[in-house]
Amino acid sequence: METEILARLQFAFTIAFHYIYPPLSIGLGVILVIMEGMYLKTGNKLYERMTKFWVKIFTLTFALGVATGIVMEFEFGTNWSTYSRYVGDVFGSALAAEGIFAFFLESGFLAILVFGWDKVSPKVHFFSTIMVSLGSMMSAVWIVVANSWQQTPAGYHIVGEGINARAEITDFWAMVFNPSSVDRLSHTISGAWLAGAFLVISVSAYYIYKNRHLDFAKASLKIGLIVAACASLFQLYTGHSSAVGVSENQPAKLAAYEAHFDSSSPAPLYLFGWVNEDEQEVKFGIAIPGMLSYLIYGDTEKPVTGLNSFPEDLRPPVNLVFQTYHLMVAIGFSLIGISLLGLFFWWRGTLFNKKWLLIVFIFSVLGPQIANQIGWISAEVGRQPWIVYGLLKTSEGLSKVVTANQIIFSLVLFAIIYALLFVLFIYLLNEKIQHGPEEPDTIQSEYEHQKLVIGK
Amino acid sequence: MTYKGKETMEFTFDLNTIWFILIGVLLAGYAILDGFDLGVGALHLFVKDDTERRILINSIGPVWDGNEVWLVTGGGALFAAFPHVYATVFSGFYTAFMLLLFGLIFRAVAIDFRSKRPSKKWRQTWDVAFSIASIVIAFLMGVALGNIVTGIPLTPEKEFYGSFFSLLTPYTVLVGLTTVSLFMMHGAIYLVMKTEGSLQDKVRGWVNNTIIFFVICYVTATMATLIYYPHMVDHFKAEPVLFLVAVLNMLAVANIPREIHNGNEFKAFLSSCASIIALLALFAIGLFPNIVYSFPNPENSLTIYNAASSQKTLGIMLTIAIIGIPFVLAYTISIYWIFRGKVKIDSMSY
Repeated sequence: METEILARLQFAFTIAFHYIYPPLSIGLGVILVIMEGMYLKTGNKLYERMTKFWVKIFTLTFALGVATGIVMEFEFGTNWSTYSRYVGDVFGSALAAEGIFAFFLESGFLAILVFGWDKVSPKVHFFSTIMVSLGSMMSAVWIVVANSWQQTPAGYHIVGEGINARAEITDFWAMVFNPSSVDRLSHTISGAWLAGAFLVISVSAYYIYKNRHLDFAKASLKIGLIVAACASLFQLYTGHSSAVGVSENQPAKLAAYEAHFDSSSPAPLYLFGWVNEDEQEVKFGIAIPGMLSYLIYGDTEKPVTGLNSFPEDLRPPVNLVFQTYHLMVAIGFSLIGISLLGLFFWWRGTLFNKKWLLIVFIFSVLGPQIANQIGWISAEVGRQPWIVYGLLKTSEGLSKVVTANQIIFSLVLFAIIYALLFVLFIYLLNEKIQHGPEEPDTIQSEYEHQKLVIGK
Repeated sequence: MTYKGKETMEFTFDLNTIWFILIGVLLAGYAILDGFDLGVGALHLFVKDDTERRILINSIGPVWDGNEVWLVTGGGALFAAFPHVYATVFSGFYTAFMLLLFGLIFRAVAIDFRSKRPSKKWRQTWDVAFSIASIVIAFLMGVALGNIVTGIPLTPEKEFYGSFFSLLTPYTVLVGLTTVSLFMMHGAIYLVMKTEGSLQDKVRGWVNNTIIFFVICYVTATMATLIYYPHMVDHFKAEPVLFLVAVLNMLAVANIPREIHNGNEFKAFLSSCASIIALLALFAIGLFPNIVYSFPNPENSLTIYNAASSQKTLGIMLTIAIIGIPFVLAYTISIYWIFRGKVKIDSMSY
């Protein structure tokens, strides 16, 4: 039991820390493609400055994503070796595909994106930027496919019995397109776009607020707002579609999202509340009666499967799932609200004078980060007690030979090292933001300086 | 026709064997590519000047991350093709692999952070982190390899029953040192290609020293293997033609000083690559068809058959590999082509 809690704690901590960075890389990747595309199309040097500045931020997030990502690949084997034996045939294939199809693409073209400005033509450079962006999304594809298979297993059969039982692929494409993978992938990717877009919005709003780098900041803010508005509306759609999918495939999880206990009654939709699991009721809550039934079935009278349909030991922790899910939804709507508000004032021509909105924008960078983190918490905790839904319990997936002391040792070191990395990340990010983009004349002189050095 | 044991020299070219070879290829790709990165890291503190240190880091700047992907993909392929090996080794070597991860984290961060601030203390700290992390990574990988040779205690349920300290024996430490020396030699040769002027003269001197260091370690390790772990040479006794690999290895190593002396750095580098491939081939031949040799209960060894995924999955994975590998080679070759030549520091450098 002790090793189970420690192993889960370590996995949760390392994946949560890792997940700060890949969404930023995926989101910034798309924005870099837009900025550099604008540069190629218009020839306006402003867009080149923008691209170069955001590439510097991108490399910082990318480096931390790589450093913390390799930990994840190892941890399946180090801490969850029974799980690895059980699912290797299925899950391993997706990880291997991620390496071959995504990581090589991403890391190869990243070299050109960062270091290749003077080595290749602008078109080849732009192509590399597209490939890096594509590669970062491809890695999301494979890892979300693997995770979705844990949520809604498909295309496999179980071979062997007892401790020798394991899942083997019977249909590769059924495994890839398992019932939840498309919904969850689109939801994850648009969450990542939001993370990137709101970082750009936040930094640009900060410059405008401080009256610095105005041309640069205004143009960046506009691009950020467009991406944010599209992604946040798309997020609403994919979120709804995911929830309907969860109601079909993982009814216990959906019931926990909304703390719905009684299977015979129509389900309300809570705006907020506090779940008392013993008394099976939501306290201090405000609910729209029948709304959950309506969202899923289009009928406010239709009953929704409740937690009482599941034995107590097969229910996820309800209040944690309820709270994280509701906060995620609330943040999602807020992000739609502020991005549409931004577009509205842009249309009215007063966007850059609205000090209060700029302040909101500066802090908005936290919104997608928090929503991405807690959205994953509700998805993963909502799957409990299963590690592979309906097939293998989390408690059965542990490494048999790893002791609690070993995990304490690694967990403490991860805590220290990641705390250090986080401080350094914020410090360097701040330093880059304070330094700002290169001013037009310094880019020129630097370029000539390089020519001189190379000419020597 | 399947492979039953070491007394019968039967060999079937089936999916399991193909995956044994493919994972070997991925690990060889990793050793060749990240090997010189780690070697550059291990040699990093031998230059004192800031610009020279920047040149060293930027010599691997555009490529180190892609090189590490070979390890990530190798790990993923091992998970998919031989899940029991992945599960047994990663959980069994828990503490060692955690230290390896911390090394990989520090190296990645040190490369990226080092030149982001002008402060001397800042740079000095990251320089040390970069160098120590590189040495620790190379050493631990060597120790892991050494343990695969000596064999590790496995239960019939394929679980490891030793401890972190039982993994550190004089022999495995020796293999760890050999790996460090090999990568230092490889890195020094790479640096000769990427540097010029007085720095290049300095680096050229390192090549000879590291070759001597490597040859001493290698010969000692080979003698130790022959004396203490003769099971590694069973195949060579059965098929003497395999000795050619060992001969090729020595020729490749011997060719390095000759090419350096003649100013053919690239050929010297290719020789160094060839010697890494030959070394891993010797190791793989000695091991086959085991992947993890169990000692003292050899009957519990993990082989390419009892540790593998289903034939269907191995087939699917082969399709993925056949589609993916041409792309991987195309990216890798293009990047090395674009960034060929001597290192120049500019505004986007580390």
